Amino acid sequence: MENRAHIRVEGLNVHFGSEHVLKDISLSIPDRKITAIIGPSGCGKTTLLRSFNRLIDSSEGVRVSGRVMVDDENILDARAEVTHIRRKMGLLLQRPYPLPMSIYDNVAYGPRIHGIRDRRRLDEIVERFLSKASLWDEVRQRLSQPASVLSLGQQQRLCLARGLAVEPEIILGDEPTSALDPQSSQRIEQTFTELKSDYTIVIVTHILRQARRLADHVIFLYLGELIEQGPAWDFFNNPKQPMTREYIKGLIS
Amino acid sequence: MDRRKVEEGIFRVLMVLATGLILSSLVMILLTVLVKGLPYLSLEMVTQTPRGGYYLGKGGGILNAIIGSLYLAGGATLLAILFSLPVALYLNVYSRPDARFVSVCRLAFDVLNGVPSIVFGAFGFTLMIYFGLRASLLGGIIAIALLILPMLIRAMDEVIRLVPRELMDASYALGATRWETALRVVTRQALPGILTAVLIAFGRGIGDAAAVIFTAGFTDAVPTSLLRPAATLPLAIFFQLGVPVPEVQGRAYASALILTLLILIISVAARRLSRRLTRHVVK
Amino acid sequence: MKRLKLFPISRRAKDLLAGKLMLLLTILAALLVLLMVAGLYLKSRPVLASQPLAELLFSTKWRPFRGQFGFFPFIMGTLWVTGVAVLIAVPLCLLTAIYLSEYAPARVREWVKPLIDILAGIPSVVFGVWGMLVVVPFIKDSVAPFFKVFSTGYSILAGGIVLAIMIFPVIIHVALEVFRAVPQEVREASLAVGATRWQTVKHVVLRKALPGVAAAIVLGIARAFGETMAVLMVVGNVAKVPGNVLDPAYPLPALIANNYGEMLSIPLYDSALMLAALILLLVILLFNLLSRAVLARVERSIR
Repeated sequence: MENRAHIRVEGLNVHFGSEHVLKDISLSIPDRKITAIIGPSGCGKTTLLRSFNRLIDSSEGVRVSGRVMVDDENILDARAEVTHIRRKMGLLLQRPYPLPMSIYDNVAYGPRIHGIRDRRRLDEIVERFLSKASLWDEVRQRLSQPASVLSLGQQQRLCLARGLAVEPEIILGDEPTSALDPQSSQRIEQTFTELKSDYTIVIVTHILRQARRLADHVIFLYLGELIEQGPAWDFFNNPKQPMTREYIKGLIS
Repeated sequence: MDRRKVEEGIFRVLMVLATGLILSSLVMILLTVLVKGLPYLSLEMVTQTPRGGYYLGKGGGILNAIIGSLYLAGGATLLAILFSLPVALYLNVYSRPDARFVSVCRLAFDVLNGVPSIVFGAFGFTLMIYFGLRASLLGGIIAIALLILPMLIRAMDEVIRLVPRELMDASYALGATRWETALRVVTRQALPGILTAVLIAFGRGIGDAAAVIFTAGFTDAVPTSLLRPAATLPLAIFFQLGVPVPEVQGRAYASALILTLLILIISVAARRLSRRLTRHVVK
Repeated sequence: MKRLKLFPISRRAKDLLAGKLMLLLTILAALLVLLMVAGLYLKSRPVLASQPLAELLFSTKWRPFRGQFGFFPFIMGTLWVTGVAVLIAVPLCLLTAIYLSEYAPARVREWVKPLIDILAGIPSVVFGVWGMLVVVPFIKDSVAPFFKVFSTGYSILAGGIVLAIMIFPVIIHVALEVFRAVPQEVREASLAVGATRWQTVKHVVLRKALPGVAAAIVLGIARAFGETMAVLMVVGNVAKVPGNVLDPAYPLPALIANNYGEMLSIPLYDSALMLAALILLLVILLFNLLSRAVLARVERSIR
């Protein structure tokens, strides 16, 4: 691999009750690239993503073992500081979930929590990250309106700005465009490509074409097992595993 | 074939009749109170405290009871919020949803919700004796707070439970702690429902008599301190009814009308308010 | 912009501390029931020590001045009034709940439900006033003469009627939830084999919902047991074992509420009243636990 790994997963196992959802996963995710996690639904893509920022902690009856190293810190360690880990990673969900407050407060929520109170500095942060998520021009006149008045596509970009405002190094996206119309999806994808010079981006997607368009690196999961991972060009043009070949051809779904 | 249709018809009629009967009992009660109370209702009733000889038919009003009830129910509601909101947040934000502890607690609150107000009154009374309190506004506030606590907890629990998990996740993903998420996101999202619950509890506090009969006492004066006795509307109605003077009994009906109107206004307000506060709520 | 922190308490510590505090409050609130049982038990110990429990429960002698506290008339009063209320309320409530859940158009349901909520919110004293103004005279002037007996109207029947209306909302509310828990497919399966609506209700919905309906009724009974003010105002309050529904009665809650004035001036009297509260509490706890257990199972079955 030509690049330093930003996230390294070693022997990760996740059980929900008696269900073995992720089976002995080891992989690495390169720094400042877009990595796509693909696979049919129910294969554990989302679980893998949620274990990166330990959001699976709050799931019912979950057991996790193995190591997830981020910047050489094992985040699964019981002593790791969860809020600190999560701050490093912005998260976009399948559907945008703006917080129940104004557009401005949505972006300022994270910085405020992390101790920034100065109004001018907050103003500056809000403008900077709304611009980065290419939403500023659409909302600059109505920052005090509730976030719920925005369209779905705008809400998703707001969620992106909100995530960026805590200055993460990694952006996690759980099928971030699946609830959006094609045009909004395209804007999000475009924003991702602009952002990858500064951030490590990991997205879960079940749309192969999206992975082809965006990804520099691909991880393929099937029924909780890692089948193949590698640079996107190799993965799509020269897959090593027969299973990957079939999936790319659309034989497994 | 035919018998089935007849049976169906009979029961259909019975069902509509039963529903009609139940609804008409509500209408009957409201009408009776209105018709009997309206002739005695006057501005004096709601703006003055009882004057000398009030219970023999002389002048005055029941301002003491109206204010007393508002103080009592207001204080009790505030006290109960202080306990119920943390409990509801704990059950839904801090605990795992599948935890056995959570379901045991919910059962306990459901059961507590079924305890009648006279028992809360009796228990409040034993507490007061234990702490050396006399019948007072404070004693009444404690008894009513205990009474509305379980219903507030369960109502808040129900609305907070409906807050989408993803919304909490979104906050956690930004590095917020559970406490910050509970306070700034969950409470805010559930606010309309919480306020409805609070208003309904407040109404219940105003209307209850059995819990305050030992604990709050009764007085003709507007209470000036937490440690003084306080009159309440339901007890004012009860005591006036017991006086065999037609004028005083008429005022009891008027007082019942005032109490009923107060409760109706609160319950309409509860519905209205919750609709208006949905501005920030994420659907 | 570095600000001096006045409280050098980290966010994480705050989170943990808040969690511990909230847990403490939760446990306290959940234990409140037990606390109440314990408190009332402590207060009723003197009277329990003064005479055997069987005598307290089954003696008809209520002479506080002589230290005799026989609860039997009051227990019977409670049972009679509750019984009448339940007999009136159950059929009406079940018919209404079935109508609302199985027959009524959505528009009707949306109208009726808030009205029932309003009924639930009416203060007990107002029910009492209505009972005194309408039900009591009706029994005195129409019902009693019809049976050729004399009654002041202040009677078990009056208490039962008022009480029945007060427990309508409880039973209807719970019964509606129980009916809603019956899966739609079950109804469709019955309708598909040619059953009429009513047959479907009778043979399928009611059968499936039976435990839940029973729980709803038991919750109604528990509510009726403890209702105080409205009953006290119309039931006559005579400490004798009643013989029929036109007799007056003196239920336990009314006994407690009516005697708060004297209770501290006569020895053991306060203890006896606290025992009455304890008996009420224990019976109601038992009923509530039973029906909640059933309802929890009903709820689990639909998930």
